[in-house]
Amino acid sequence: MALLSLRNVSVSYDKVEAVRDVSLDVEAGQIVSVIGPNGAGKTTMMLATMGLLPLAGEVIFEGSRLNGLEVEERVERGICLVPERRELFADMSVADNLILGSYSLKDRSGVDAALQQVYQRFPRLLERRRQKAGTLSGGERQMLALGRALMAKPKLLILDEPSLGLAPLIVREIFRTIASLRELGVSVLLVEQNARAALETADYGYVLETGEVIQEGSASSLIHDPKLIAAYLGGH
Amino acid sequence: MTRAQLATVKIVAVLALAAAPFLLSPFSITLLNYVGIYSLVAVGLVLLTGIVGIISFGQAAFIGIAAYATAWVSAINGQSPWLGLVLAIVLTCTVAAVLGLATLRLQGHFLSLSTIAWGLSIGFLFGNIDGLGGFNGLSNIPPISIGSYALSEGWQIYYLIWAFVVAVLILLNNLLNSRLGRAMRTMRGGKTLVESLGVSAYWVNLTAFVIAAFLAALSGWLYAHLSRFISPTPFEPLAGIEYLMMAMIGGATSLLGGIVGAAVIIFLKNAVQDYLPVIAKGASGQLEIVVFASIFILFLQRARQGIVPFLSRFLPQPQPKRPEPAPPLPLRNQPAPGEVLLQVEGAERRFGGLIAVNKVSFEVRAGEILGLIGPNGAGKSTMFNLLTGALACNSGKIVFAGRSIERLSQAKIARAGIARTFQHVKLRPRMTLLDNVLLGTYTRTKAGLISGALRLERQEEASARAEAMRQLERIGLGDHPFELAGNLPLGNQRLLEIARALAADPLLLVLDEPAAGLRRNEKQKLAELLANLRREHVTILLVEHDMEFVMNLVDRIVVMDFGTKLCEGDPAAIRNDARVQEAYLGSTV
Amino acid sequence: MTSDIAAILAIDGIATGAIYVLVAVGTVLIFTVTRVMFIPFGDIAAFTALTLAALETGHLPGTVGLVLVLAVLASLAECWSLGRSGRGRHIPKALAFYLLLPVLVALFVRLALPLAPSMPVRIVLALLLVMPISPLLDRIVFRPIADASVLLLLIVSMALHFALVGLGLLFFGPEGVRTQPLTDSAFEVLGVHVNGQTLLIVIASIVFSGLLYLFFGFTLTGKALRATAVNRTGARLMGIRPARSGTIAYLVGSLMAGVSGILVAPVNTIFYDSGFLLGLKAFVGAIIGGLASYPGTAIGAVFVGVLESFASFESSALKEVIVFSLLIPILIWRSIVSPHIEEEVEE
Repeated sequence: MALLSLRNVSVSYDKVEAVRDVSLDVEAGQIVSVIGPNGAGKTTMMLATMGLLPLAGEVIFEGSRLNGLEVEERVERGICLVPERRELFADMSVADNLILGSYSLKDRSGVDAALQQVYQRFPRLLERRRQKAGTLSGGERQMLALGRALMAKPKLLILDEPSLGLAPLIVREIFRTIASLRELGVSVLLVEQNARAALETADYGYVLETGEVIQEGSASSLIHDPKLIAAYLGGH
Repeated sequence: MTRAQLATVKIVAVLALAAAPFLLSPFSITLLNYVGIYSLVAVGLVLLTGIVGIISFGQAAFIGIAAYATAWVSAINGQSPWLGLVLAIVLTCTVAAVLGLATLRLQGHFLSLSTIAWGLSIGFLFGNIDGLGGFNGLSNIPPISIGSYALSEGWQIYYLIWAFVVAVLILLNNLLNSRLGRAMRTMRGGKTLVESLGVSAYWVNLTAFVIAAFLAALSGWLYAHLSRFISPTPFEPLAGIEYLMMAMIGGATSLLGGIVGAAVIIFLKNAVQDYLPVIAKGASGQLEIVVFASIFILFLQRARQGIVPFLSRFLPQPQPKRPEPAPPLPLRNQPAPGEVLLQVEGAERRFGGLIAVNKVSFEVRAGEILGLIGPNGAGKSTMFNLLTGALACNSGKIVFAGRSIERLSQAKIARAGIARTFQHVKLRPRMTLLDNVLLGTYTRTKAGLISGALRLERQEEASARAEAMRQLERIGLGDHPFELAGNLPLGNQRLLEIARALAADPLLLVLDEPAAGLRRNEKQKLAELLANLRREHVTILLVEHDMEFVMNLVDRIVVMDFGTKLCEGDPAAIRNDARVQEAYLGSTV
Repeated sequence: MTSDIAAILAIDGIATGAIYVLVAVGTVLIFTVTRVMFIPFGDIAAFTALTLAALETGHLPGTVGLVLVLAVLASLAECWSLGRSGRGRHIPKALAFYLLLPVLVALFVRLALPLAPSMPVRIVLALLLVMPISPLLDRIVFRPIADASVLLLLIVSMALHFALVGLGLLFFGPEGVRTQPLTDSAFEVLGVHVNGQTLLIVIASIVFSGLLYLFFGFTLTGKALRATAVNRTGARLMGIRPARSGTIAYLVGSLMAGVSGILVAPVNTIFYDSGFLLGLKAFVGAIIGGLASYPGTAIGAVFVGVLESFASFESSALKEVIVFSLLIPILIWRSIVSPHIEEEVEE
């Protein structure tokens, strides 16, 4: 049984049906990537999965329906979204941002250890722990957003455009971090425009265009698909 | 509903008003008098709050200034109430203009807070200025006389009050259907659009603010001479929120809403005063406040739209007439093809620690289509905002048509001849397609407040409407000019924005990601339109993420990445540039 | 004006300002967490004073009735919205919080009253009784429109204030009250006579502001409150419920307002409608702090107090005019210092 399943999900707002009849699975321990052009409905789909937008269809997590649950309840069940806009607490310190990442945990005994792990993973955050999040550079912000999400010890991490606006070196580091999440047993749903990097990191991929899944398959098969290469991957 | 039917309804309404004193009891006429007086304030608030979007808690203070002014002239100095009217209007409008000049640049809730501030301050003044009767008030205010005929009975002043109300309705209705009125109707929902049309939001706000104060002054003058006695109490903040309540419950987006709201509140108040003492003996005064405040809160929670907009959905709408051919509006002198029209030199913009645009330089020549492309987060939108004045450069120069524009406001840049569209479409969804495009003609037309209210600008208006119609047809949406813009699918909304921009007869058209979120066939339609514009030698700067979309449309391309210019060249060269592929298509891990 | 008079006016102003600080800080807290400009905090302060006065004379305060009415309304509102959204399983918990808890508080006060409790106990009872009011009002009035614009919330807040004034008259009657002084002592500070009450006001204001600082800086709940204020969506994504943050903010704010009511009641005669000016002047202080900065708010509130003190010496009739007129230049200054442009930071 898949960890997360979307069944025939459609999302509309402002009379526009941004996502139409999408079905998608994330198996436990997998990294699944959703790629597609700007405006394809990727972000909309993630926001709806998280409960931030209303949807038609079913969202099933660990075998139970999430429909009707609030965002906060989904967080408590172990889903964590790092949105495209990061949504950091800009006026608060890096350390406070991380601590708040663990807010949904009832058992607070492991929080300090988790914090140390995040600092180990991103030493830059340790250096800047007293600085306000709003003063960080783009790459550091993404690290903080990832670190904050990891503090919640999620079962499923949804990452929306983690490489957006970042320099190539940092993109590389971010994707390395994402790949290493497998070892932690965290499943990842990764939404990316940087299709090549996303597919190289993922196990499985979906291609979304104007709100519909037009193709899916193992990441290794997608990456060699001539049509996709022409459309999204560029001639390499 | 035909025009004849509509006219019949209006005539019947006026006749009914005229006949009321012969049919109704004096008490009912007194109530109607107050309905009329409060209607004037409420209609002003409809304009200010519902249409322009400024929420004022302070209108009661304006009524008070006018009432005290005329009382001072007539009761204390024994002069004619008509002289009182002059002083009331001059004084109120001057105070409003000064307050408006000082506060109307404030944003959102700061502006409303300032209305509470001056509302309170002025309210406290009335009881504390020597010679104005203190908290006991002023009595012996004479009635208004026309010649030697004194309007001392309720039914006599009734005609004067309602004549004012009807005249105000007609004039304001004219105004709202004129150039300035359209700008006013556009104010709600964000200043960015308004300014991009070349409208100074500040001056439109100020005009609406002073008109609302003027109507409050009329109301205050009538109030003083109807009740013949004034004290500070009716001009305190509580009254201010009551007027707001009238405008909102009646329906703050419709002028009639002001009148309906005033009527509902006054009749309700009358009923409450009749019945509350039966329910709760001895405590009716305070219960009345509780009841009204609760009704208002419930209304704001559940039915914000108001009575008139709610009812008008069930009424037949009058059929508008398609614009007829008219003499064209004047055109700008377009620069010779090939001439440098826009020159960007070392433009830079930082947000905190992020450098969104880092020393970018490029130029746009007259008659060409230049594509500005780059991956998400490359700084294209920031660059766009620098060009259109939505953001200021931290350093660098931008020269447009020989004029340095990097310090100009959005409205001034628009007037200089740059018309834009928006990535997140900014239309007024409740306005018709035609009205939306008409907004674009603002910089090409001149009619102001007086000519709009008196309909002296019909010739220019006809030309503007014909021009808007022409642009609608140009983009292929000429079939249903009176459809509401909000009903269009995204693709057509994008086209509508382009029509609006073209209606400004711009020197340069800048399009912000016009293809984003469009379906394939919609993209095709857009591409066709842009290809047509290219043949007509419209100069276009196209900011776009979708590289394929841009390739076949443009003459030259500038590529941005990480806030800097990566390269520049014709589409074929850009397509084969390795750096572009790396930036655009994603690096390998 | 001699320097002696100036010193007296200044001390008087600082004490008045300290009262405003408590209300203003609560106002900022509520605004940042819920985006509501909660004008009625002044009324809460006044109601606390009236409650304390009733307890002193051994009468059952009108607050009991007010709280019970609000508790019933809030419970109905909560149950209805829970039932409608298919979350009926939460109803018992909701009833415990919105109905049982306020009723228990009311009952407790009713039972304690015949025992003629001592002053500290009376103060605690008064605070306990007043604290549920604004969370209940939040549930009844603001929760259904939590996503509305700041401006709409402001209109509702104004309407709510007038409703509360009416309710205040119903439940407390038109008589003004002045409670027993909290202390009779007096001091000489730098040759100026300062009475103990004034000093107490200033100290209480500092202590409670300090406690609030510790709460925000060092507790997870406090940080969650700040997080909600800084970024609502971000907070929700961490599992922080904005509605719960709102309730906590209202409770904390009510406590601050209540304390200010208790401090001011022995100095000024308080009527059912005294809260309006108190609340609005505190609000002026909050605006000086940009409705965001707590230190700025505290400085602003003290400034308003001092200004009012000097203004009333010059012209007691026009002191309100002076204080509120000041708001306009402050607003203009604020909007120049921190303009909120519609910025698309990164695309």
